[in-house]
Amino acid sequence: MTKLRIGFIPLADATALLVAVDKGFCAAEDLEVELVREVSWSNIRDKLNIGLFDAAHLIAPVAIASSLGLGHVKVPIIAPFGLGVNGNAITVSPPLYRAIKEAAAGDLSDPMVTARALARVVTERKRRGDEPLTFGMTFPFSTHNYHLRFWMAAGGVDPDEDVRLVVLPPPYMVESLQNKHVDAFCVGAPWNSVAVDLGIGHILHFVSEIFARAAEKYLGVRQGWAEENPDVVLRLVRAHRRAAAFVEQEQNHEEVAALLAPPNRIGVAPEVIRRTLDGRLKVSPEGVYRSDPDYLLVGRNASARPDPRQAAWLYAQMVRWRQAPLSAEMLAAAKAVCRPDLYDAALPEKEPAAAEPADGIGAFAGPAFDPNDIAAHLATWPAHA
Amino acid sequence: MDASLKIVIVDANPIRAAILEDGLKEAGHVNVTRIADRTGLLARIYAIDPDVILIDLENPSRDVLEQMFQVSRAVKRPIAMFVDQSDTASIQASVDAGVSAYIVGNLQKDRIKTIMDLCISRFNAFSRLQDELERAKSALEDRKVIDRAKGILMKAKNLTEEEAYALLRKTAMNENKKIADVAQSVITAAELFK
Repeated sequence: MTKLRIGFIPLADATALLVAVDKGFCAAEDLEVELVREVSWSNIRDKLNIGLFDAAHLIAPVAIASSLGLGHVKVPIIAPFGLGVNGNAITVSPPLYRAIKEAAAGDLSDPMVTARALARVVTERKRRGDEPLTFGMTFPFSTHNYHLRFWMAAGGVDPDEDVRLVVLPPPYMVESLQNKHVDAFCVGAPWNSVAVDLGIGHILHFVSEIFARAAEKYLGVRQGWAEENPDVVLRLVRAHRRAAAFVEQEQNHEEVAALLAPPNRIGVAPEVIRRTLDGRLKVSPEGVYRSDPDYLLVGRNASARPDPRQAAWLYAQMVRWRQAPLSAEMLAAAKAVCRPDLYDAALPEKEPAAAEPADGIGAFAGPAFDPNDIAAHLATWPAHA
Repeated sequence: MDASLKIVIVDANPIRAAILEDGLKEAGHVNVTRIADRTGLLARIYAIDPDVILIDLENPSRDVLEQMFQVSRAVKRPIAMFVDQSDTASIQASVDAGVSAYIVGNLQKDRIKTIMDLCISRFNAFSRLQDELERAKSALEDRKVIDRAKGILMKAKNLTEEEAYALLRKTAMNENKKIADVAQSVITAAELFK
């Protein structure tokens, strides 16, 4: 048995990892995994970087930032497996929901309609001299940060000037909305559902409505460690691929939800986790449900195969929001985080890449994303309109 | 010692924070503020304008502090974290102890190291205290369980106290278990036969 320590944050997109360990898929690959539940992405990053963890459930932009040395020491991280695509949602307080609804010209499920409505709400608040709206997200280098920014900026809201974006640990999101410290947040499951169940939030959008595919979490390992342990990496990928296939079988959803519910795993009721796995979420306290089969992808439709185009898109957001300079070297280093070659090498059968969306991202607005031309993306989407 | 250095301790555990504050004060740092409440954390830190921020690793608010690295109009000056790639031993020691530090401005490395060493030793001292307390508690619990099991055996099998204890010990050795676990089984079985 090869002994490994793997860190995770209690979120629904850690499912493939938790199932790989708890259902014995890792043991079948002769891997004895100790799972360590963590409380912050900073801890996950630091413990992976200094070798206290062999691998980690890692939010995709943190893997890229670590490889580029942004905001912290430079430690190259690679992702041979994608734990989740999509899975986030934007939740707003009931008063903000009403304001957006009143200002909206069209269908509220259309992100452009809501983004433009938000712009009107922001203008009106400025006119009245109200405090700017505050949006919670999970980390400076987070999908949540970039998803919120992309959406609101497309409607004409400047995320740095018109609203406040603040970091909040996921377990604090709900109480912050309740205490009115934030007016909205973007976070992964199960926290959006928890807010809706408490009657204090409306899910405005699934992120899958904003992007057809958005890389969310990676199974991250240090590049140096992967080079020293090539065989272990392949076994990890195989165990996770089998676990992901198990998770994606609908008849297993009940068992998986029960497996994830205990306090040492995710720590919420199985029924709430079940909604995420089924892609059918209660979006308003009045009991309105919305379904999207692509709400969270755990391996289905080639979603576990790391896609360098996704890494390029995330790097483009870092440049757009002035967290990173634009350089060909950095773009190459960001793409190199994703290792579809290792994924392919681990699996006996090749998985065809998903045909849709053609650019791998499928954003609700703007031209197709070209991973080799970040400058074109930035020209379409300047930081300040 | 530089008494003017402003230090903030972010720790939800008041006992540990107090132990650390005492240590810092003994070392001559009089300007120490403790923050236990997580609401408005960044605003409070900006208001205090500290030179050093110390935070425990069990604290999810670490991610909130990471926001200070971002260039934004709210930040007065950039913040660099005390994680020097060349000094892996002290990073390891601080992570093991469960403490992390954020440094504002250009503090000299040896001054930071003195503070970090103090944090590490105080955090370790605190967890030793906690371990000892846990061990004492669990030893007390074990003794209660063993005493109850002895009583049950003395009554049921008409044994003396020494014989009852010897029986528990022998069974534990044979089954490769702790005496307290065997004692617990005796109590559970006795409950079933009631």
